[in-house]
Amino acid sequence: MFTRNPQSWREMGLSDEEYARIVALMGREPTDTELGMFAVMWSEHCGYKFSRPVLRLFKKYREALEGAGFENAGIVPLDDQLGIAMKVESHNHPSAVEPHQGAATGVGGIIRDIFTMGARPIAILDSLRFGPLSESRNRYLIEHVVEGISSYGNCIGVPTVAGEIYFHPCYSGNPLVNAMAVGLVPLSRIIPARADVPGSAVMYVGSSTGRDGIHGATFASETLGEDQQEKRPNVQIGDPFMEKLLIEATLEAIETGAILGMQDMGAAGLTCTTCEPTSKSGTGVEIDVALVPTREPNMTPYEIMLSESQERMLLYVQAGREEEVAQVFRKWGLNAVVIGRVTSDGLVRVRHRGEIVAEIPAHYLTKECPTYSLQAEEPAYLREVQQLTIDELPQPCDWNEVLLQLLRSPSIASKRWVYEQYDWLVGAQTVLPPGKADAAVLRLRNSEKGIALKIDGNARYCYLHPYRGAQLTVAEAARNVACTGAMPRAITDCLNFGNPQRPEIFYQFEQCVRGIADASEFFETPVISGNVSFYNESERGAIYPTPTIGMLGILERVEDCIGAGFPEAGLAVLLVAPLQNDDPLMGLGGSEYLAVVHGLERGTPPALDLHAEKSLHRFLVQAARQRLIRSAHDISEGGFAVALAECALIEGIGARVQLPLHPHGFSAWQATPPPSEGSRHDALLFGESPTRVILSAEPALVSALQQLAAAYRLACHALGYTGGDKIVIRVGDAPLIELPLARCQKAYEEAITL
Amino acid sequence: MKAAVVVFPGSNCDRDAYYALRDVLGYEVDYVWHAEPRLNGYDLVVLPGGFSYGDYLRPGAIARFAPIMDAVRAFAERGGRVIGICNGFQILCEAGLLPGALTRNIGLKFICKHVYLRVENDETPFTRLFRKGEVLRIPIAHGDGRYVCDEVTMHQLEVRGQIVFRYCAPDGTLSEAWNPNGSMQAIAGVANATFNVLGLMPHPERACEAILGSKDGRRILQLSG
Repeated sequence: MFTRNPQSWREMGLSDEEYARIVALMGREPTDTELGMFAVMWSEHCGYKFSRPVLRLFKKYREALEGAGFENAGIVPLDDQLGIAMKVESHNHPSAVEPHQGAATGVGGIIRDIFTMGARPIAILDSLRFGPLSESRNRYLIEHVVEGISSYGNCIGVPTVAGEIYFHPCYSGNPLVNAMAVGLVPLSRIIPARADVPGSAVMYVGSSTGRDGIHGATFASETLGEDQQEKRPNVQIGDPFMEKLLIEATLEAIETGAILGMQDMGAAGLTCTTCEPTSKSGTGVEIDVALVPTREPNMTPYEIMLSESQERMLLYVQAGREEEVAQVFRKWGLNAVVIGRVTSDGLVRVRHRGEIVAEIPAHYLTKECPTYSLQAEEPAYLREVQQLTIDELPQPCDWNEVLLQLLRSPSIASKRWVYEQYDWLVGAQTVLPPGKADAAVLRLRNSEKGIALKIDGNARYCYLHPYRGAQLTVAEAARNVACTGAMPRAITDCLNFGNPQRPEIFYQFEQCVRGIADASEFFETPVISGNVSFYNESERGAIYPTPTIGMLGILERVEDCIGAGFPEAGLAVLLVAPLQNDDPLMGLGGSEYLAVVHGLERGTPPALDLHAEKSLHRFLVQAARQRLIRSAHDISEGGFAVALAECALIEGIGARVQLPLHPHGFSAWQATPPPSEGSRHDALLFGESPTRVILSAEPALVSALQQLAAAYRLACHALGYTGGDKIVIRVGDAPLIELPLARCQKAYEEAITL
Repeated sequence: MKAAVVVFPGSNCDRDAYYALRDVLGYEVDYVWHAEPRLNGYDLVVLPGGFSYGDYLRPGAIARFAPIMDAVRAFAERGGRVIGICNGFQILCEAGLLPGALTRNIGLKFICKHVYLRVENDETPFTRLFRKGEVLRIPIAHGDGRYVCDEVTMHQLEVRGQIVFRYCAPDGTLSEAWNPNGSMQAIAGVANATFNVLGLMPHPERACEAILGSKDGRRILQLSG
């Protein structure tokens, strides 16, 4: 029926039905170049053909799809002059195959997403997940992923200010590398990814085009197989020096006012940057690929249109002002070549030395990308792993040893080995650096305000209960930002899942998106941008569902910001928590304690009280603003005991506290705690009930703080004092934990060194 | 005071130096492009940190050939004050304006953290506001900061007092544990023989405001007299 061999489109990831659809749309069989262009644009990575129906659950996304447009959707206004742009993106598959370049180009790509809007990049964050450090391949991966991020981010002069790293066997063979970038843009200078004006010039700037990364988007849209090493040529090679020049030149060129639209060449390169803006604007474009600067002679139009060479941008420049813009790029030693013009016929027409090699209506590549409503089915494992009878769990006898064991657990332990390889201070705006607070805080030049940034995920929770786990992830990210005194304001998310064509994976995806959407609407932190990464599977199976949440918070006055560590001796130590907690598992379900000490990944994560959580954020912002607190640290993996140890370790100030006996991990402790016979010390010390924060405050301010907490319908308990060189936790009259800080520090600091 | 901040392709601490000099110290400041052949009317020239020319070949190895470097050399020969910070220090060594070389950190990794520095000579134009032995807390951020030189040079540096800063413990004592990159003699900063050119790996421009955790860098950039 078709003259083309079916193998040719199947190898590019298109199904037979999709090929038939292309032929039907075009009224003929596509040329080789056209077929390549369809294949990348209709990949899940570019076309969101499986995820789009679910992503509509995000309010902003729905509004953008329904007409508001995506142009300014990714920007949060800071005041009436400045806005914050942010986005996160995965580079999982490239990093699995070539960790240094995979991670480096992940950073490069997300940075370009930011300055393509006209924003100056001011921060990088990264969320990394690897298999256990006991396997040498995983040690190799982490070492080179960190080196890749460090070499790229440091060189371009954008500080890497925060992140997270977790270890779990499900990531062996398929690590996760999610990079997030944040930028600052004058609201009057936002550059859209549009090509509105027929006649305007299509200008290619930046690195020349090579054969690297061809079909990278297709590679991202399939499962890694045993042939993964053969995919190394699919991985792009980054040049951070070129990127640095491109940032400066682009921002300088915007000042001319002659740039009407702009899009960076990431996935699907020149194909995407020509068809997307023209499709959005209802215009067309005609380019000649023979004009594109190339690294090698004799590159075919197919290769030029599909190359994912890094550090390239496509500009739409006002007719007649091309030279003005090109001069800026030449000053920085970069290519700047007009390769075509915007037209009004709705077509993407690609010529090669004049001869037409592709001619496709732009919207066929974008809006006509098929979307699929995949089937979701509750995975069989869920019911089984949610079963947990905690009464059958033996309690350890040496609590000191348990605390040390948790501090040594790589997912909890200090990430100093990692973040000291990142330049977190370049730009001289980092007020709260990595390791000092629950989120990074940056001041902003020419503004009193500050921003707080964090990226968080909790894959175990999402594995055990996708909906609840995703909600808890959003809550933790928001809480982390609030602990610095910043009001949580917006989210960018990276949705890492297995193969969505498997109904149980699609169920995880849908439930997680629902959880994020519900929590973000409740917290008034809209999802403003994001990325979907499917097919995260290796021969060992799919990864745990791992949505990561990048959170932006805003501080009205940056000097009000609060760190996580006890700053000095003699302060009161307090715990803020909801008034009620009905979790039958007392926060032990899916906890790090359960995994590390009992080798169990079971139970349901605690339910989230959205109202109490949102109240807690507002309470923290007020407490910081009114200067009632000196530090704030949220309780997450490892529970109260680990959180207290972390508060103490940051500045080396010990603490002595007393907890009341209570079956519910004392989060429900009222003014007079009811004693309980059957209470579990492990739940008290290591339970991970959410919505709880450890504070320190001047003793004279404790009652004011308690009044403020009461106004927000939160409990606020004074537990003891800071000081000394030990961590002492008593429960009732029993001293459960008494450890010298030095021992905790050794466990905490020495777990991750390679 | 009027200062110039030289911008090479790949400089990335140029803006930080500019703001520290202008907003904190109140100097008049210009950016000067690497292709400029002249430097006139300045009291201070700063070669900022970053990755000039992507650190290709060797940090500073290409930047030394930039046209502006002839002007920097002439400015220094006239007695003008020049500070090279981090990559700027590497460039000054490559250009022969300072003795020695900066090689890969001993741990082979990039390191970004606050370190402690001991002022070894308080009689240079850059350190007159300190007293000898004073301990400063200033951040470093580099992959190639291990200072090395031959024995004869080292002897000269010591005898003439050209070693301006050494890495040290918070109490000022010297030990390898507090020498972050394995520099010979824990050297963090050196001056030329006439003391008008200073190079240092730590970043004083990142330590000029309390909100960033230290103000100790201010006095290095604040030129007296």
